[in-house]
Amino acid sequence: MIEALDLLWNASLWAAVLRIATPLIFGVLGALLCERAGVLNLGIEGIMTMGAMVGWLSVFLGSDLWTGLLIAAAAGALMGLLHAMLTVPLGLSQHVSGLGITLFASALAYCLYRLIVEVGESPPTIEPFHPLELPVLSDIPFLGPVLFGQAAPTYLALIAVAVMAYVLNRTPLGLAIRMTGENPHAVEAQGLDPTWIRIGCVMVGSALRPGGDRAAQRAGDGDGLRHRRAGGHDGAAQPGLSRGRIRLLPRGPQGQGDRPGRGLRRPGAGRGAARLGLTCPAADARMRSRRARFTLTPRAKPRRGRGRRPRRGRTTWR
Amino acid sequence: MRLERRANVPWTLAAAAPLAAIAAALALAAGLILAAGVNPLTAYVEMLRGALGSRLSVTEMLTRAVPLMLTGLAAAVAFRARLWNIGGEGQFYVGALAVAWVGHSMISGLPPVLGIAVLMVVGMVAGALLLAGPAFLRLRFGVDEVVTTLLLNFVVILFVGLMIEGPLRDPLAFGWPQSVPVDGDFRLPDLIPRTRLHIGLPIALAVAGVVWLILARTVFGTEARAAGFNARAAEFAGVSLPRTIMAVALLSGGLAGLAGAIEVMGVTGGVTTTMSPGFGYAGIVVAMLAALHPAGVVAAAVFVATVFVGADAMSRATGVPSFIADVIVALALLTMLVALLFTSYRVRR
Repeated sequence: MIEALDLLWNASLWAAVLRIATPLIFGVLGALLCERAGVLNLGIEGIMTMGAMVGWLSVFLGSDLWTGLLIAAAAGALMGLLHAMLTVPLGLSQHVSGLGITLFASALAYCLYRLIVEVGESPPTIEPFHPLELPVLSDIPFLGPVLFGQAAPTYLALIAVAVMAYVLNRTPLGLAIRMTGENPHAVEAQGLDPTWIRIGCVMVGSALRPGGDRAAQRAGDGDGLRHRRAGGHDGAAQPGLSRGRIRLLPRGPQGQGDRPGRGLRRPGAGRGAARLGLTCPAADARMRSRRARFTLTPRAKPRRGRGRRPRRGRTTWR
Repeated sequence: MRLERRANVPWTLAAAAPLAAIAAALALAAGLILAAGVNPLTAYVEMLRGALGSRLSVTEMLTRAVPLMLTGLAAAVAFRARLWNIGGEGQFYVGALAVAWVGHSMISGLPPVLGIAVLMVVGMVAGALLLAGPAFLRLRFGVDEVVTTLLLNFVVILFVGLMIEGPLRDPLAFGWPQSVPVDGDFRLPDLIPRTRLHIGLPIALAVAGVVWLILARTVFGTEARAAGFNARAAEFAGVSLPRTIMAVALLSGGLAGLAGAIEVMGVTGGVTTTMSPGFGYAGIVVAMLAALHPAGVVAAAVFVATVFVGADAMSRATGVPSFIADVIVALALLTMLVALLFTSYRVRR
């Protein structure tokens, strides 16, 4: 018992916690961005596996670590583009498309790995990111080694959290993104195109995830691509996603959007959430006042053609 | 360009959609096979030969198709009512584990036919109960069932791991992580001697027929489909949504649980954590390829099983990684989604 408590005071434990959390931070940020823009992205596991494989492979074939990270992010963005194209302009089921992306991306990753890397006795390895000790700060007792003795991707993850929070909550762009998730028609009325906002968000969100997984692999053991490597991350990133969702529950009367299957639970949803203590009137009021403070800047000139014209045919936003 | 909903879908189009989707998926995967330096045609011929070339391979393929049919039906039933049951994998394992637990020693002495029937019910109940939880949470609190069912898969597989390392560990397995086996009396008899094909195949076909009857010819089936097409309209028409969704959940979970039960009784005997190569997830592919129609599920399950079994043979013959099977199946899912769009909408300029 005492030993267990001692462990909690061990700086290296918390350093490891932060190091292992790095891919989850990226993954959750990516999921959160998609979710806030109103697109459920179940492709997490596949995109992470894909990014890990592509990034690892590019380093294995001779690029440097940061280029590998960028290539991984680009691969993720490509998968995100596929998911976004299927779900946003074509309006296909987000659940099924996301699952398809998971199956496709992970299968493709394993397949490419087998094609390019000779299967030998032990998996080939790459040189991972080394811990980067920040001068002065890393000398702080306890906090120093935990927070400031990490590898570069971990710092990047922590910075990304702050940037994401700022962009989503304090900028017109963030407001537009959240609005797209909650009420796409209102976004359209503002002269913005929710289609492109959603596509952009899914792409950026998907680019974040493999970036994260690469980071972990580098910061960690850095051995070859192990099969099922992203398996645990998916399971862990999903609660993060659902947490983003719970915060979305207390939307005003127009909330919940008109996604398929979502209308079904509209009657009970609000009350249940209130009983669970998930809603927070104070936060609602805060959101409302903040919404009033930021206004979307309308386009200088109303766009000709597609943008402003009321859509015909399928206009159901999901 | 804009899309316009078709008033009615001609059956030729509905039948052509999956074929077009499969053709597109095979064409896309051909690129990957080319990248491996193999002629795609040779590879696909090898794949067909591996799955359908001999009596043994056909029976092996059909053995693989049985659980896919049942998990496909589970997904089709749920998706029809817009209940997104992603937890087929978990329900499969729960059904399998429950059957191994009950079937090992608890009901020994029963006549085999009765025992097999009891075990199938046990598997169905276990699967149904597992999905009842997420369905209840959704109906009562609006919790998204996609997240809960998906995460339950991981919970269940870890639970299975706990059980087969602990209370249900097979003492005769020489340390191999495996659960106690089902009593030999309650194993499903072989359909064709000296192959692995068991009477689960006719059972699965019969179940598909029953599910089709339920969906197409009963009040409950109509209500379930109405809830999927337009929940609000269904509610105005007097359909009790909570009751319908819960019944759909029990049926869907039960079918996935039955898949696990039949796999244990027919093929593996005991439960391992690797007994399912993703039957639950592949069931979703099967259901989508079948456009959520029970009869289509049977055909789609045979296709997916052909790809899976054939890919191993192709891999041995040509050196293309066998992961190509997963690529083909996943591509078929994505192309089928697009094909479904074009069956229900037409493009107008």
